[in-house]
Amino acid sequence: MSFWQYLSNRHQQLLTDAFQHASAVFQCMVLATVIGVLIGVLTYRSDWAGNLAVTSTATILTIPSLALIGLLIPVLGLGVPPTVTALTLYGLLPIVRNAIVGLRGVDPALVDAAKGIGMSRAARLLRVELPLAWPPILTGIRVATQMLMGIAAVAAYASGPGLGNEIFRGIASLGSANALNEVLSGTLGIIVLALLFDAVYVGIGRLTIPRGIRA
Amino acid sequence: MPEDQPAQQPVQQSAEHSSVAGATIELESLTKRYPGTPEPAVDSVSMEIKAGETVIFVGPSGCGKSTTLKMINRLIEPSSGRIRINDEDVTAIDPVKLRRKVGYAIQSSGLFPHMTVAENIALVPKMVGWSKSRVKDRVEEMLDLVGLDPREFHGRYPRQLSGGQQQRVGVARALAADPPVLLMDEPFGAVDPITRDHLQDELIRLQHELHKTIVFVTHDFDEAIKLGDRIAVLREHSHIAQFDTPEAILTNPADEFVSGFVGAGAALKRLNLTRVRDVGIAEFPAVGVDEPLQSIFDRLRTSQHNELLLLDRRQRPYKWLRRGDLMRAKGSLARAGTIVHDTVTRDATLRDALEAVLTDSGGRVAVTGRRGEFVGVVDMETLMNSVQEMLEADRLTAMEHQHELAEQQAGQDQEHTRAEQEGATRAEPRS
Repeated sequence: MSFWQYLSNRHQQLLTDAFQHASAVFQCMVLATVIGVLIGVLTYRSDWAGNLAVTSTATILTIPSLALIGLLIPVLGLGVPPTVTALTLYGLLPIVRNAIVGLRGVDPALVDAAKGIGMSRAARLLRVELPLAWPPILTGIRVATQMLMGIAAVAAYASGPGLGNEIFRGIASLGSANALNEVLSGTLGIIVLALLFDAVYVGIGRLTIPRGIRA
Repeated sequence: MPEDQPAQQPVQQSAEHSSVAGATIELESLTKRYPGTPEPAVDSVSMEIKAGETVIFVGPSGCGKSTTLKMINRLIEPSSGRIRINDEDVTAIDPVKLRRKVGYAIQSSGLFPHMTVAENIALVPKMVGWSKSRVKDRVEEMLDLVGLDPREFHGRYPRQLSGGQQQRVGVARALAADPPVLLMDEPFGAVDPITRDHLQDELIRLQHELHKTIVFVTHDFDEAIKLGDRIAVLREHSHIAQFDTPEAILTNPADEFVSGFVGAGAALKRLNLTRVRDVGIAEFPAVGVDEPLQSIFDRLRTSQHNELLLLDRRQRPYKWLRRGDLMRAKGSLARAGTIVHDTVTRDATLRDALEAVLTDSGGRVAVTGRRGEFVGVVDMETLMNSVQEMLEADRLTAMEHQHELAEQQAGQDQEHTRAEQEGATRAEPRS
């Protein structure tokens, strides 16, 4: 069976997998963004807390994804829980780091001005610091998403959802007629999804970064 | 602060401009100590600033002038001492509330780059809860006030403005919620000299309309002279070396530190403080270009100055005409005499006038009215005499001031010692 034939025969299954893959990455990204920005906001003011946050998230990233998921299975069981946990943890690092760098990079004169005109601590954060730190944070989110696209494939090892199932099925049946087609379709699907997500981020950037600070 | 009406500016005035006039500011032994440093950054500053007054803190960098300013709106919390604004002790109130009543403008404007000009200006009025329509009107009004066309600048972002325009918007934002007090921390430090000059003129005009209490920090003594009703010359730890009118500081610096800071040419700087309208503008024989030659001849012969000023058809100074000029030009008015290079208005400073007199061969400069029409002349002698009179008068007032200060100081010292003695006898625990 040629690759194209394989695609048209199995497109139902492939689309479902692709949708589940995208949906898992998307939900984990939302979670990672909320947690990551929160960690950034809580730690950027203090030298040691900020560094601790960056170092610990970086440490998580050094654990091979297959190993982390393997370690999570005995704790969380199979399926969605270990997948979401692992993806969210991996997504944290770029977001936490860029949030801290972005928030620390806001011109101190502007923070001073915000204070000086009578903005409360919360108003300063929400109306001045976060909007100004938003472009680097968004970059962090973009990088994290690209990374999670690949890592999400490994989640199939824990019976997670997504295009990883295609790849694992192919690898398991190497030598059989459809093995290559399965691996190829899974991999290409992930690449296409990654490109689509990136295009969406460009749009989000256009919509959410104020014209005054757009590069 | 409704209970202290009398302390405020006359009500009529504030009604006329529909804006809040200045408030008094009192600093009482304000001190800032940073942990780990033996010497305080600001050591026990006490001063009273009157309502509607512009006071300039001037001093070398690192003298604590900026720190002192930032303690007034408690961007830097004082270690000890009190701050009173309009007799209300603000040392312990919520700093956020305090800052909404105190305008704050800083160097390089401090505008938020992600907000438009209008959004920047609207920030404080919105925070204090003005209605939407009132905020909108106010933004237009403020842009107008600082000389920017509301329609053009409303929706622009700060990076689309020049440095001077940004600074104007910064001042507009500081004044938007109509605070009685305006603090300015080297606001014109980062713009080019010509723009700075314009902005200073604008500030003088604004203050003329608004009568806010302005505290302004600068390291530029010339800026201080130009803008200040009173100048506080500060040395290390924000010790006040002299706190007086620009005139008094120029003519009678309290000590060597102040005279060093005033720099050379105090008498020349004094010229900047007086306007042409304040000195005698002398009359001078003038004739129109349309007068018959014969009568011009006659006027020249009878004139005690040997000289006539020829005016053009709109009464503007045109040419200086000396006796003999006409003969040499063979009776042609068009070729006779020397063109008037430079004129001054009645609002020009004496320095400008002197400059013009020095460059003109006749030793005098023509003074013009609002539409450029000739009103009289100022000559070298008038300038010299009035400068000398001014310096003499300044010296006298400065000496009086110093006497008063010395007496006050003596009185305070006595009270201090008395209080200390009482404290010692009662053995009061002190914080």
